[in-house]
Parts: sequence; C-alpha cells; structure tokens
Amino acid sequence: MQDLGSAFMAAIALVRDGDAGMLAILGLSLRVSLAALGIAAVVGLPLGALLAVARFPGRRAVVVALNALMGLPPVVAGLLIYLLLSRSGPLGHWGLLFTPGAMVIAQAVLITPILAALSCGVLEALWEEYAEALRSFGAGPWRAVPTLLWDGRFALLTVLLAGFGRASAEVGAVILVGGNIEGFTRTMTTAIALETSKGDLPLALALGLVLMVIVLGVNALAQGLRDVALRRAG
Amino acid sequence: MLPIRAEAVSYAAGGAAILDEVSLTIAPGAPMLILGPNGAGKSVLLRLLHGLLRPEAGRITPAAAIRGAMVFQRPVLLRRSVLANLRYPMALAGVSRAERLRRAEVALAEVGLSALAGRPARRLSGGEQQRLALARAAALEPEVLFLDEPCASLDPAATRAVEEIIARIATRGTKIVMTTHDLGQARRLAGEVVFLHRGRVVESALAERFFAGPASAEGAAFLQGELLW
Repeated sequence: MQDLGSAFMAAIALVRDGDAGMLAILGLSLRVSLAALGIAAVVGLPLGALLAVARFPGRRAVVVALNALMGLPPVVAGLLIYLLLSRSGPLGHWGLLFTPGAMVIAQAVLITPILAALSCGVLEALWEEYAEALRSFGAGPWRAVPTLLWDGRFALLTVLLAGFGRASAEVGAVILVGGNIEGFTRTMTTAIALETSKGDLPLALALGLVLMVIVLGVNALAQGLRDVALRRAG
Repeated sequence: MLPIRAEAVSYAAGGAAILDEVSLTIAPGAPMLILGPNGAGKSVLLRLLHGLLRPEAGRITPAAAIRGAMVFQRPVLLRRSVLANLRYPMALAGVSRAERLRRAEVALAEVGLSALAGRPARRLSGGEQQRLALARAAALEPEVLFLDEPCASLDPAATRAVEEIIARIATRGTKIVMTTHDLGQARRLAGEVVFLHRGRVVESALAERFFAGPASAEGAAFLQGELLW
C-alpha cells in the first residue's frame, strides 16, 4: 500500500512537471490515434452510410461481418498486419514495420469496422425518416449518403469518439507492429505495459492517469458539443 | 408532365388489396381533391401518382421516375436551417445557385417565414414546418403538386394559413392534387373531386356537382357524415 501511495505521488509529480519523456510519449499517442481516426472516418463513415441506404442481396451478411469485425482481437489484427509489413511480407518494401505508420495502419484497421457498424446503425434510423422525402426530390442512394452524413453529424460525433477511445486505449496491435521503441514508437499504452513489467510504477501510473484524463476529457467535450448543437438544431 | 393518366392501376400490400383498377386523369385546372374514409387508399394513390410507389397492375403515364412534387402529412424537414431546406431540392433539380436564392426568398416571403430563414427548421412550430414544406415544394415550380393530408395535424389557425397558401399556389397554374378527410376543407379548395372507397374510384366529378348531390350512395353517405368502411 505504501508503494502504491508513493507511486501515485510520484506520478502526480511527473504530470505536474510536464516530464519531457512523458510528453513525447503522449504526443506520439495522440498523433497516431488521431491519424488512425481520420483514415478510419474517411473510409468507415461513408461505408456505414451506404450500408444504411443500400438494399442489395448479401447486405445482411455484410452487416453481420462488420459487427463481427468490431470484436476483432487487436493482437490478431496486429499479427496479420505484422505479417503483411514484415520484410518478407507482401508490403515489406514499404519499410513501415516498427514505425508510427505501421501503428496508424493497425489502429485504422481495428476501428474502421467499428465506425462503419455504429454509423450504419445511427443512420439507418435517419434514413427511415428521410427516405420518402429524398426520393420525392429525386435523390438516389448515392446522393443520400452525403446528406445523411451531414444531417447525422451530431450522432456521428459520438461514433467518432467511440473509435478514438478504442484506438487510444489499444495496446496489443501497436506493440506488435510498432515494437515499442523508445522515442520512436512508444505510446502511452505500450509504455504502461513496459514500465509496469519493469516495475517503474510511477511512470506507468502517471501515463495511466493522463490517458484516463484524455479519454474522459474528450468524451465530456464531445458530449457537451453535442448537447449544445442539438439544442440549437433540434 | 400533364395530363397524368392512371389506367386500371392496382396495388396490394401484404396480400391485401389497397387499390383496385383505379383510373383517373389529372389535367390542368382547379385543385383535385381525393376524398374518402380512412383506409380507402388515398395516400397510396397519391404515392403511386407521384412515383414513390410502382403499380402492380395497370400503368401511369408519363412514365417518369418522379412526377411533380409532394408534401407529406408530417413534414420531413432536414436537420438544417430553413433556408438550407428550401435550397436542397432545388440543388438536386439542377436549379442554378443564384436562382435558388431568388426562389427561396420569394417562397419564404409567400409563406411568411422570411424572418426565420436562419433558424433550424426542426425548431419551428408544426404549422410553420408545414408552411416551410409547402414553400419548399412550390419553389421547385412543379406542374403538379401532391399534398397528402397537409393539415391533418394542425390547429385551425395553422390550417387556414396552409389553405391560403395552397389556394395561391393553385392560382399560379400549379395543379394541386390533394387528399383530405376534412369535408369543409374540400368544399373550400376543390375544383374537382375524386371519391375513393375501398380502393375503388366510386365517383369522379366537378366539385359543385359532387357537393350538390353525389351520384353514388357511398358518396351521399360520406357527405351526410355517416361512417363508411
């Protein structure tokens, strides 16, 4: 208990002093997760919207597959990407293995199905309301996709948050493809895993605290934005 | 676009016949009111004529994907400003940017919503929402405008405002085709009446003729306020 208490105090001190090593780790984590979120949003949100409006044979199977992919174990995803990016793999010539780029790819692969499946669910309800009116205006499914993405923007903010939370909290995939190299591919989660196993509890705790504050803060901010926007737009 | 002709159009849903060999012609002129008790098939007929549904038998000409414009019983407004709601279908219809703005301003003034142009559309009252839906359809300058019970969920004051707008649109040469189960409203607006009962056109006449004395027993009973089913 004494250990835990002192580790906690040391953690607070690290955060308070803005420890340079910790800030570097924090910065990399945010950059990687935001880049992955950006890529996943560009792919996943339109995919979800298209699935919400399109009616084709096998649509049901695609939705089931997406939902299954939401539960894709990160370590397995990391292993597959590791094999693709390794020197002898099909994408080995990209030279991305053990770089931040590889971690961005891994996180994007993990959260794209999440964004697609969640946005599909959200936009299906909106499409049900809009379908007749949009058809009356002569808008087909392709034209409906950008309309739904824009009109569902507040609900989609929550979807993006879920993706960001998952990406920034992820450890299994990024440790495999990033390699946890100090000063280069060490993120908050991989650092926490390493420092804990090394016994450096203050640093692990400090990073854990920061990670929690970020995730909670981002969620609170987005919730607040959404409430304000909803009150204004109805 | 006009005349629109429906020839022996039938439609069923879930095994139950909703419309049975309906034939009618929509020609330029005063508003056509489609009357009949609940479940007579009025809304389905309107959707078939507009092009949202396809007939299972018979045909409707011209064979365009969508004919004219339509306003629904419950207005479907986009989660955008009043002005953006007006512009959206015009953009889809290929109306130029400057013309969109011009028509939107005219339409807003006509329905008395100019002061609310920047408001989120879904924050408007029920009557204002329906007036916006009417303005949005009218701004498309359609040859024919389908209205599905546009006043069904409005209070008398809002109903009156909507009726005035409809009458004004009609005098500009847009053919109004409208369903209602409000007989008073039908008397105020109708130039011709199509009386629908159990999926069939029982009677089709000029409004004065129909209201002076329907030719069918069902039509007479409906005017008497008797329950029909």
